[in-house]
Amino acid sequence: MGIVKTDQLTFEYIRRDEEGNVEGIVKAVDDVSLDVQRGEFLAILGHNGSGKSTLAKHINAILCPTEGTVWVDGKDTKDEKLLWDIRKQAGMVFQNPDNQIIGQVVEEDVGFGLENMGVPTKEIWERVEESLKAVGMFKYRKYSPNKLSGGQKQRVSIAGVLAMHPKCIVLDEPTAMLDPNGRKEVIRAIRALNDVEKITVILITHYMEEVIHADHVIVMDKGHIAMQGTPKEIFSQVDQLKALRLDVPQVTLLAYELRKKGLALPDGILTAEEFVQQLLLRKR
Amino acid sequence: MIRDITLGQYYQGDSVIHRLDPRVKLVATIVYIISLFLYKNSPIVYVLGFAFLALCISLSKVPVRFILRGLKAIVILLLITALFNLLLTDGEIVFEIWKIHITKEGIENAVFIAIRLMLLIVGSSLMTLTTTPTQLTDGLEKLLRPLQKLHMPVHEVAMMMSIALRFIPILLEETDKIMKAQMARGADFESGNLIRKIKALVPLLVPLFISAFRRANDLAMAMEARCYQGGEGRTKMKPLIYRKRDAAAYLIVAAYLGIVIVAGKMLRIPLFI
Repeated sequence: MGIVKTDQLTFEYIRRDEEGNVEGIVKAVDDVSLDVQRGEFLAILGHNGSGKSTLAKHINAILCPTEGTVWVDGKDTKDEKLLWDIRKQAGMVFQNPDNQIIGQVVEEDVGFGLENMGVPTKEIWERVEESLKAVGMFKYRKYSPNKLSGGQKQRVSIAGVLAMHPKCIVLDEPTAMLDPNGRKEVIRAIRALNDVEKITVILITHYMEEVIHADHVIVMDKGHIAMQGTPKEIFSQVDQLKALRLDVPQVTLLAYELRKKGLALPDGILTAEEFVQQLLLRKR
Repeated sequence: MIRDITLGQYYQGDSVIHRLDPRVKLVATIVYIISLFLYKNSPIVYVLGFAFLALCISLSKVPVRFILRGLKAIVILLLITALFNLLLTDGEIVFEIWKIHITKEGIENAVFIAIRLMLLIVGSSLMTLTTTPTQLTDGLEKLLRPLQKLHMPVHEVAMMMSIALRFIPILLEETDKIMKAQMARGADFESGNLIRKIKALVPLLVPLFISAFRRANDLAMAMEARCYQGGEGRTKMKPLIYRKRDAAAYLIVAAYLGIVIVAGKMLRIPLFI
């Protein structure tokens, strides 16, 4: 069993009208089974309302499955006694950077989770320093979060989770509210977590460019897993992605269109460098 | 910019007073206020109070004009209080204009109440000037901890205070944004009488409240995700620890209170209450 495993996970939202009568039941996540290996970088894609955020909240035990089971590091999230243990193992970074920073100074915020866990003061300082350095925010440790840019705030949030030494970090659209530069900063920090710190990363996003470095990609639609595979496998199926209302990275799309027009290019080109290389090969 | 608003009125510094434990400063302020109100009007108590305050101010190295700024806000309150005391105190009439009697006691009361209020305001603003809001909430939490035994939600209140402090600038910025968005669509916040102006605030407050609730929901989730489960079993990143200088400060404050009491007793000044 991997670090995160779900078995036929189903979650239902009950919609009510103004009087509180049940209007209908929405299956946000429907029969999802997945197995995430230790140290893996998993990306979950999907347009709005595909159930990807709901799935993410199950991994941190914020939501409890209606049917099926979620195990985090072998622990069943339905067991309330294990709740805090699970949250220590699986950290979570949310979309809005302003709404998840609690401290009034960067270093205090990073220490917040550690204070909650009852870590001794001296160790808190060591861990805060170490995780702020890991995301490149150490020199801002005395700043007020209000004076940081969106990308910097999101890196502080990541440091806050990292300091708790989780085995797995779930990032729920961490770049959705950032400008292109902030997005790059955050994605770089996330990749470093996976490459350097060997932490399992589950990245939820709807930006295709952020997915190309993942080990494994899952595409969700209407609560189901619609596609899964390596980024190359996923992005070679351009028509299917379009049918799911997802954009394909521009380079991949260009290569795909050129191939349709008869240029002999391989499937699933993901980066500009790869594309240029392939073009040069054709020239010779 | 609205982003740069500093809350409270903390004056950055590194003096002895700045470095004192916030609990000492809180207790000292309370003791100081008590000392001012312990006895009925008597110049000696005010002289002592003034001397003590002057000592603290000079130690804090906060420029005097900064401290006096706090008084500006209460000038009107001060004048009204003094005026009432002046006009409404019975006693030996000094002079009379039409139906208004000015008495000797009235003049005394007016002057003394003004001095008392000024000392009080300056004293407490010296505390807020030398203590960051974070330190203040930490200090309050620790000071009031014994009340937790009586099931008072001390930790929760302190946590609420510090979250409120963190979100005030964010909500201010948001207000600014909503206001501009409404103005761009023809909303008018400026003209009209008071009632119209208040009515104009409704389209500003409704979205602000909705967004505040949404933020609260998000924040609660983020806190839970980071294992927040109330004050129990929590450690502190920056624990408050008493040092030698804090003990010395407590002694000085106690000595000051002692002197005031002794002076009052020796001069047989009646108690205020």
